[in-house]
Amino acid sequence: MRTLLETRLLPAIAVAAIVVILPYFFPSAYYYRIGALVFIFALAVVGLNLLMGFAGQVSLGHAGFLGIGAYSVAIGPVHFGAPSWLCLFAGAMLSGAVAFLVGRPILRLKGHYLAVATLGFGLLVAIVLTNEAGWTGGPDGMSVPKLALFDWQVRGSDAWYWIAGATFVGGFVLALNLMESPTGRALQAIHDSEIAARVLGIDVARKKLTVFIISAMYASVAGSYLALFNGHVTPEVAGFLRSIELVAMVVLGGMGSIVGSLVGAAVLVVLPQALTIFHEYEQALLGLILMVFMIFLRRGIVPSLAAAFAGWRK
Amino acid sequence: MMILEADRLSITFGGVRAIDGVSIAVESGQVFSIIGPNGSGKTTLFNLVSGIYVPNDGNVRLAGESVTGLAPDQLARRGLSRTFQNLQIFSRMSVLENVMVGRHRHERTGILADLLHWPSVARQNQATREAARAALARVGLVDAADRPAGSLDYGALKRLEIARALASEPTVLLLDEPAAGCNPVETQEIDHVIRAIVKDAITVVLVEHDMRLVMNISDRVHVLASGRTLTEGTPEQVRSDPAVIEAYLGVHGSQEAVRAFD
Repeated sequence: MRTLLETRLLPAIAVAAIVVILPYFFPSAYYYRIGALVFIFALAVVGLNLLMGFAGQVSLGHAGFLGIGAYSVAIGPVHFGAPSWLCLFAGAMLSGAVAFLVGRPILRLKGHYLAVATLGFGLLVAIVLTNEAGWTGGPDGMSVPKLALFDWQVRGSDAWYWIAGATFVGGFVLALNLMESPTGRALQAIHDSEIAARVLGIDVARKKLTVFIISAMYASVAGSYLALFNGHVTPEVAGFLRSIELVAMVVLGGMGSIVGSLVGAAVLVVLPQALTIFHEYEQALLGLILMVFMIFLRRGIVPSLAAAFAGWRK
Repeated sequence: MMILEADRLSITFGGVRAIDGVSIAVESGQVFSIIGPNGSGKTTLFNLVSGIYVPNDGNVRLAGESVTGLAPDQLARRGLSRTFQNLQIFSRMSVLENVMVGRHRHERTGILADLLHWPSVARQNQATREAARAALARVGLVDAADRPAGSLDYGALKRLEIARALASEPTVLLLDEPAAGCNPVETQEIDHVIRAIVKDAITVVLVEHDMRLVMNISDRVHVLASGRTLTEGTPEQVRSDPAVIEAYLGVHGSQEAVRAFD
């Protein structure tokens, strides 16, 4: 049992420690907000990393699921008077169901073809959210009622910091568990050789669909949190740029590195905030920094640094 | 008992009949080799039997049951496994993990149990790890278990593929050129491995260019030429068949024939 904790869950314990300790270094409440955003995005990125980094299947439309989750906690309470937490779960279920229906036909595709098909899915969700103005408020979006748990109204960045942090650690543990299981091994096998996986008895189509559904549900929960945290939601949450941002976080942090998902999300949430002092050069600098990262840490931040560290220790 | 039978298999690619009415019948517990000049359709026949291609015509029976048109993973769950001529290694995983994937069809856990790391998953992982180690031991790779698969040399990778297929406990194992590109020492190792496999009552179907290996270990040899059956018999019968020598000489020049039949 001790060795099990040491090997498998060590990264999770480290991440939980970071969540707890970080606030001691926050100079102002504003930092709770940044922290909460990092964990919310990191949750979606862990899910996407299961799909991209482990199973090797790209999705350029994952913000579509972010959007489904976000609008679930907006439309449910506003139009049906349902409690937010229930809508969060319902949204995750809905995202899973949509992933099942969409995934069956498009996961047959490979590489660039799959990329374009998922891109199409993301665009579709964004367009529906924009056009169904009666339900969604159209391009201006809609306001999202605050989350209430029993008698507690969740408000304030610090509360959301803890909720997002705890949920992220939970999602992190589930992902670690999955990778150390028969399903996880099958997914990694599919990444390297689908044909070899098949002749060993792995139902490749089914495994891809499974991980697509799981990653959609991660994104959906993250989307719900984002909407509840911001108190407002617009179709941009499901937009193409959001999808690209998620993919960039996965690749920057490190494909197939669960810890990398947190690092990738942290860099891409924090960096734009830090660069605002450069005003109109902010975007250009962000692009430049990303390029430099990828040139010098080409396997992503965490795997590249881990490899460098292992080499340096020898 | 015939464990694997293919009956008048045919498949056409762009108007070319790659396999044209080929029938084989493999007896349980034997080593059945398929030989023929390059391009004669050996690998295509393998792909038909292992479900990677669906035949235009003919059918395949495994242990008496029709399995024509079944997908490779369905065939694997019925006990038919194979290796590949061009290696299909899971190069991101360790040597042991590669072989653990081979245990997939014997693993019984659900997705929820996997996500929550239920005690059953931990037990399963342990059992899988032990079975995978045993399979590695059978091909002499147990010392390399924790190395990244990509770091092994070519001959070891060939044996790794065999171990991975063995881990699935097949009744029939198709080996596609296991000795291709191997030096004489590595070929000798493969020879030993195949003999050990047969001792464990696993039927081996072999596609191979190394004639010394084929003639040494085969019970039956089936000769293909241009997608058709040329002849079939014991190694001695095939070796002395003029039509076989001519097929090699005619299609592929004297060099291969000399190497093949010295």
